[in-house]
Amino acid sequence: MTLLRVKESFIKTLKSFKQILPMILGVIMLVALFITAVPKSFYNIIFTGNKIIDPLLGATLGSIAIGQPITSYIIGGELLNHGVSLIAVIAFILAWVSVGTIQLPAESMIFGKKFAIIRNFMSFISALIIAILTTLTLSFL
Amino acid sequence: MKKDSIKKNKGKWIFFGAVMVLYLVLALINLSLAKESFLEFLNLFRKIFPIFVLVLFFMFISGLFFNAKKITRSLGENAGLKGWLISIIGGILSSGPSYIWYPLLSELKKNGMRDAFIVAFFYNRAVKISILPMMIYYFGLSFVIVLTFYMILFSIINGVLMEKFLKFKLK
Repeated sequence: MTLLRVKESFIKTLKSFKQILPMILGVIMLVALFITAVPKSFYNIIFTGNKIIDPLLGATLGSIAIGQPITSYIIGGELLNHGVSLIAVIAFILAWVSVGTIQLPAESMIFGKKFAIIRNFMSFISALIIAILTTLTLSFL
Repeated sequence: MKKDSIKKNKGKWIFFGAVMVLYLVLALINLSLAKESFLEFLNLFRKIFPIFVLVLFFMFISGLFFNAKKITRSLGENAGLKGWLISIIGGILSSGPSYIWYPLLSELKKNGMRDAFIVAFFYNRAVKISILPMMIYYFGLSFVIVLTFYMILFSIINGVLMEKFLKFKLK
């Protein structure tokens, strides 16, 4: 490994940092706004008990919501304790961790619009399918 | 190519500018909410910053030890099972929000990383070893095992489908 290679890699990393910084700051600011504006109790109010609407609602809310995966599991666990169906809770958790509506503009800029839209759409559909499959599998165990 | 990159860079600043304008408008309508949001932003930034530094360190290391040829061999078209394993385990072990990992993955993609592996990496971020106790507490062990199995399986399915969709062009 030569000194030149270290220098090259360092400059390349710095350049990437400079390029990515405005986007990261923008996304964190949006996330902060969302966390502050939407209280956690909001999720408890919205579910109706409908077996078809609730999973869709769960996946949709999870897609818009944002935060650490651990938060989604805590909210999901509490929703389950409050009588929300397991399918809806799983769809909510999975969409939360895999779909990123707020960071979609950033993802599009980095990986391309087509990639970002397809990835998020597939993650949304997968959240619903996995929710159904997990519930079915657990009912057999 | 250079024009495209300048346009993309401009887009990032426009995005940041738009968010700043949003905060300014919010401050005019509801100052306390804007203030709270800004404090939350500082709090999040403080939490995320060490992970961001770690990602930049990974980028530096990857630039130092891996060239396009090596990355293509491990994560490119012919990477096979090894590529899937690296992206799945990488996704599980990665911490912090997903957007923090955009620069590194974008760099790897430029050097030949398959789109399918990027999708698998992102999907497996849902599986977190550190939150397993929390998951077990709320949902039970069998739930965690079943859900983790399906998440890993679907990360591969989504990865394969993504490449099929990206190759598909309307005639």
